[in-house]
Amino acid sequence: MATKEKLRYERPVINKISAGVTDKFGMSTKMEVIKEIDNVKVTDLLKEYGSPVFVVSEKTIRNTVSEIKQAFTTRYPKVQLAWSYKTNYLNAICQIYHSEGSWAEVVSGFEYDKAIANGVAPNKIIFNGPDKSKKDLEKAINNGSYIHIDHFDELYDIISLSKTTKERPKVAIRVNMDTGIYPQWDRFGFNYENGEAWNALNRIMLSEKLDLIGLHTHIGTYILTPDAYGVAASKLSELAVRLDKKFNHKIKYIDMGGGFASKNTLKGAYLPGKDTCPTFDQYAEAITNAIINSEIDPQNMPTLFLETGRALIDDAGYIAGTVLANKRLANGRRSMIVDTGVNMLFTSFWYEHEIYPAQEVSTHTEDTTIYGPLCMNIDIIRSAINFPLLNKGDNYVLKRVGAYNMTQWMQFITLRPNIVLIDTEGKTHVIRESETNETMVALEKVPKHLK
Amino acid sequence: MKIKKNIAVSESGFLFDSNSGDSYSLNETGKEIVKLISANKSEKEIKDYFLENYDVDEAIFENNFNDFLIMLQNLRLTE
Repeated sequence: MATKEKLRYERPVINKISAGVTDKFGMSTKMEVIKEIDNVKVTDLLKEYGSPVFVVSEKTIRNTVSEIKQAFTTRYPKVQLAWSYKTNYLNAICQIYHSEGSWAEVVSGFEYDKAIANGVAPNKIIFNGPDKSKKDLEKAINNGSYIHIDHFDELYDIISLSKTTKERPKVAIRVNMDTGIYPQWDRFGFNYENGEAWNALNRIMLSEKLDLIGLHTHIGTYILTPDAYGVAASKLSELAVRLDKKFNHKIKYIDMGGGFASKNTLKGAYLPGKDTCPTFDQYAEAITNAIINSEIDPQNMPTLFLETGRALIDDAGYIAGTVLANKRLANGRRSMIVDTGVNMLFTSFWYEHEIYPAQEVSTHTEDTTIYGPLCMNIDIIRSAINFPLLNKGDNYVLKRVGAYNMTQWMQFITLRPNIVLIDTEGKTHVIRESETNETMVALEKVPKHLK
Repeated sequence: MKIKKNIAVSESGFLFDSNSGDSYSLNETGKEIVKLISANKSEKEIKDYFLENYDVDEAIFENNFNDFLIMLQNLRLTE
């Protein structure tokens, strides 16, 4: 006798109907369901690689690189991308960007060595950041890498090293400035408005020991105003023109840094990030207009460098996971515990991350707080979301987690999971294995008297 | 536990409390439970019905069912 097929169970729920103000933006209340990532079933990924699991789409990375290239190269003759290692420095990920022609942009000796080990030509490494040891600087100078000077102490270190190094240092300065946005990042580089940047450039030129090849800025992060980039590009162009006038010196490039917003939604934002995030075309229009319309000699237009990180990889990253439990809080509010904690989703401190069910759900939702699995009060993935009624053991997918989470994550209480890449043909590859207890204690030492 | 007599539930899961004037929406399983309680089914009968007809573990259902009953009480829909 055939067994009766059972109905899909959804936990019972009752919601009071409140006649309130209608949503003037008309946003859909029906929640999308993500059953597949790049045609690979979420359930298969979880079965094979465990729960939770980070999933990175190579196809999305390559498509996004193609979009930014299209936006900039159609507006400006010489454009060069440099992959921001700190955004995601898993070797497999870096190799995808390098295979697309990106240089490496690094901010520490560790990242510098990683780029070299990834086979990046040393003269295609941009070395940024406030912490470069003398040893790091010496290595970068002798390798012919581009050093972006952050402060005067570093400048004098480089001048001093240049007396003994085989190669002349190739340098740029990082310039901070008022572009009309808040907060103004003035902790990195030399200030434009108070003349510090111009002073640094003069010292470099007069030292005659360094090759000044570029000008760099990085105005902030998650910048929603493309015009701010226009202001920054104008100010760097103006410095380039002054260098040409005073020293008859033409710089080779202008580096606009990173900071383009991704489609994630910032906490407190009224509208979703996917509706408010500027397009690459808008950033490109602001930056290239400013450089083209400047007084820079048209015969010697500098190469435009971009160190975009977040906006190039956020959309390519997912976390698939499992619901651990549902419970009701003291005030009657529903809460759901999932197996992704803030230790592996660092960006949840500033984003309202998109989370979707990975199996069919009804249209019923409940106002829910989503907690991670850590025994810590701050472990909150979403503090308030109208979420479908998932049961213990159901699966979910967190979207747009590609930037920073795989570099800023913390090993805390539990072990970090597998990271899986789905290649352009839909094949899956582990690009970082999940940790084990052995991995975690490998560097520990117990003094003899405590054994 | 009994559902108050002044409570009306439609086929689509719309629940109306004529005493307070409040209205509520129920999902499919919520509607089934309210209807079974209204039909004077015992908690055990309701549990057996769900385990037979739905793809659900006993422990999960019992947990959800108890939570749902507390919600009905808090909303003053039972007597």
